[in-house]
Amino acid sequence: MQKTQRSVRDLRIGEKGTIAGLLDPEMSLKLLEMGCIPGTEVKLNSKAPLGDPITIIVNDYTLSLRLDEAENIMLK
Amino acid sequence: MTEVIGSVAAAPVINPVKNNISRIALIGNPNSGKSSLFNQLTGLNQKVGNFPGVTVDKKTGISHLTPQHKAQIIDLPGTYSLYPKSLDEKVIIDLLYNKKSALYPDILVITVDASNLKRNLLLYTQLADLGIPAVLGLNMTDVAETHGVKIDVAQLQQDLGVPVVPMNARNGVGIAALKILVSQQLEKPTRTFYQIPDELVVLVRQIRYYFELKNDYLALHYAHQYKKLSFLSEADKNYIEDLRQQYGFNSNALQAAETIQRYTLISDLLLDSVKVSRAESNEKFSNKLDQVLTHKVWGYLIFFGVLFMMFQAIFAWATYPMDLIDAGIASLNAFIQSKFDGPLVDLLTEGVIAGLGGVLIFIPQIALLFAFIAILEETGYMARVTFMMDKIMRKFGLNGKSVVPLISGVACAVPAVMAARNIDNWKDRMITIFVTPLMSCSARIPVYTVLIALVVPEKYYLGFLNLQGIVLMGLYLLGFLAAIFSALAMKVILKAKERSYFIMEFPVYKMPRWKNVGLTIIEKVKAFVFEAGKVIVAISVILWVMASYGPGNAFEAAETQARQEAATQNLSEAETNSLISAHQLESSYAGVFGHAIEPAIRPLGFDWKIGIALLTSFAAREVFVGTISTIYSVGDEENISTIKEKLLAEKDDAGNPFFTPARAFSLLIFYVFAMQCMSTLAVVYRETKSWRWPIMQLFYMSGLAYVSSYIVYQLFK
Repeated sequence: MQKTQRSVRDLRIGEKGTIAGLLDPEMSLKLLEMGCIPGTEVKLNSKAPLGDPITIIVNDYTLSLRLDEAENIMLK
Repeated sequence: MTEVIGSVAAAPVINPVKNNISRIALIGNPNSGKSSLFNQLTGLNQKVGNFPGVTVDKKTGISHLTPQHKAQIIDLPGTYSLYPKSLDEKVIIDLLYNKKSALYPDILVITVDASNLKRNLLLYTQLADLGIPAVLGLNMTDVAETHGVKIDVAQLQQDLGVPVVPMNARNGVGIAALKILVSQQLEKPTRTFYQIPDELVVLVRQIRYYFELKNDYLALHYAHQYKKLSFLSEADKNYIEDLRQQYGFNSNALQAAETIQRYTLISDLLLDSVKVSRAESNEKFSNKLDQVLTHKVWGYLIFFGVLFMMFQAIFAWATYPMDLIDAGIASLNAFIQSKFDGPLVDLLTEGVIAGLGGVLIFIPQIALLFAFIAILEETGYMARVTFMMDKIMRKFGLNGKSVVPLISGVACAVPAVMAARNIDNWKDRMITIFVTPLMSCSARIPVYTVLIALVVPEKYYLGFLNLQGIVLMGLYLLGFLAAIFSALAMKVILKAKERSYFIMEFPVYKMPRWKNVGLTIIEKVKAFVFEAGKVIVAISVILWVMASYGPGNAFEAAETQARQEAATQNLSEAETNSLISAHQLESSYAGVFGHAIEPAIRPLGFDWKIGIALLTSFAAREVFVGTISTIYSVGDEENISTIKEKLLAEKDDAGNPFFTPARAFSLLIFYVFAMQCMSTLAVVYRETKSWRWPIMQLFYMSGLAYVSSYIVYQLFK
C-alpha cells in the first residue's frame, strides 16, 4: 500500500482500470452523474493532439474530460 | 403519514378533448435527441423567448396531439441530473419546483438515448421521484440495435413504472404513438426509486409542510438547492438554512450517496430488460475516423480546411444574396422617391427602409454560418474541434468552443456573437462575446483599403511581398492579438459564476438531420431580425435625422453659400450638387457633433470631418467611405482612386497635406479597435439579455482605440 495511488490521468491509451474513488467533492458529483461510480471499469480511449483533454470509455459510452479532471478519478 | 390532498386532486378526469391547452415539457440528457423531438412535434410552430432573468433561450411551440387537442411544448435545456451544474440547467429546477410558475408542465416527456440507457435513466429516476406525470421517449432505438443492445420494452415499462414509447426522433418513427399517449396520459410514475435516509425524514417533512409541497423528494431538493431557487424569498431561504444547520445537512455527501444508490438500482433493473450481445461497433467506426480527424497533423489541417470553407461561404458566397438585397432596397427606395416627395418620404426611405436594409443584409451571412455550425454540431465534429483546441484556448480564458465564434468574427461579428451561444460555461461565453468584435471584420476592409492606399506605397519585396498586403495583414494580426489579450485580462477580472468543466459525452459521428439544420437557420435569422433588428432600425433612423437636419435654417444657409462658391469657381452642376451636400453635412446635427468632439479627437490627429465619419460609421463601418466621399465632395464616382486623389489634395491650416502617414495610421488603428457597429451592440444585447455588456464593450473598445491612436499619432507626427 506504500505505492502512490494511480488516477485515470496515469492510464496509457487502451489501458483499463477500475474506479476506486473520487477526490474533489464538488467535481465528483458531476463525475458520478456521468457514470464514474466506484467499482466501474474505465478505459483510456484517446488523447487530444496536445495531450489534453482525453476521452475515456465508461459504461459503454465515450466521455471527454480534461487531465486535471481525470486526476480526481482514483483507480484500484 | 396521510397525504395532504387539496381540492385539485378531487376528480382525475382523463379527457383528450380539452378546452385548455395542456403544457408538455421536454427534458433529457444532452444528445438524447430532445431537439429533434421538439422539431418533430412543433415543426415551424416554434418561438424563442427568454426565461426570466437568465440568458437562456426558452423554446416553446404548439403541437397538435390530436386534431382537437393542441398542446404547448417547452424545450428545456439538456441536463444529466436535477442537480444543475450550469446556469442553463438552473432554469429547469426553477420551473419544475414551483407549482405556481407560469410554465409548470402538466406532463413531462423524458427523452433517453436507448444506446446509453444507464446514464440516461439517472435523470428519469429523479423525475419519477418528483411525482410529475411523465412519458419516457426511448430514443435512438436504431443506434442501440446496431450497437447490439436489445431492449425488452414491456419489461422496462413495468420496472420503471412509466409508459415507454420506443421512437426515433430523427426520422419520426414513434412520434404518432407518443402524441396519442401524451394526449391521454395524466398519471405520475407508479414507482419511486430513492429512499430518503431515516435521519433526514424529519428535516424533509418540516420543509415539505412549511412550503406545502406534494412530496418528500421535492422537499429534499429544496434543502439541497434553496440558494438556486429564484422564487424563494429571503425569509424562506433563511428558514431552510437554519434547518440545515440544525440537522447538520451535508449536501455534497448526500448527493454523492444518492447518485451512487440510483446507479446501483438502475444497473440491477436493466439486467432484466436489456441484453447486450455485441458492443462498441459504432464506437469503433467513430474511433477510426477520429484517428484521422483528431490526428496531430491531419486533424488540424482538416479543421483549417473546414474553416476555409466556412470563410469562403461567408465572404464569397454570401455576397451574391447580399448584393441582391442591397440592390432591392436601393430600387425600392428609388421607386418610392420617384412617386412621392416630402420629408416623411425621406424619413421612410433613407431612415427606416435603409435601416431595414442594414438588418436584412446580414441574413445571408447568418444563415450560411449557422448552416455550417449546425452541420458540424449534428455530425459530432464540433465536439472534436472543441477537443483539439481546448488546451490552447484555455490559456487565454477561453474554451475550445470559442474557436468558431472568434474566427467567424473575421467575416462579421454579428453571426459570430450569436455562435457563442454554443458555449455552456457562462464566463467563457461572456469573454468570447466580449472579445469577438475585436477581430477585424469584413466591414473594416473598405476603410483599411482606402487608408492604406493613401499612405502606404505599392512596393514589392522579394518580387512578391506587397507592402500594402503586409500592412493589411498586420492590422488583422493586431485585432487578433487585442482579442486574445483582452480575453486573458478578463479571465483574471471576471468572477466565475460556476465551475468550468469539460466532463461531457463525446458523441459518435452521425449523419446530420437536415430538418434540424434548416430549423436552426430559421431560428437564428428570426432571432436576429426581430430582436437585434429593432435596435438597428432605431439607431439608423436617429443617425439619418442627425445627418439630414441641422439647427434652425442652417441647411438653407449652407446651400446658398455653396451655390455662391460654385458660381465664383465656375463649377458644373454635378460639382455644385456635391459641394452643396458637403456644406449641408457640415451644418447638420452630425456636423455640429463633429465640431463638438473635435477638441477631444484632435490629439489623435482627427478634425471635425473625420469626427462626422466616426459618428456615421456607427451605422456600419464601411459607411466611413461614403461619408468621407460626401464631406470631401468626391461626387458620384466613389472609387478608391478618386477618393485617394481628393484626400491627398486635402490641406491642413498651414497648407501642408492633411493626410500624413501619422494621421492615416492613427485612423487605421482607431478602426481596428473601436466598437463602431450598432448591429454588434444590438446582437450582444440580445445574446446577453442586458445592456451592461454592450455598454462595457463600447467603452472598453473605444477607450482602447482612443489610447492606441493617441500613442500612434503622437509618436509619428
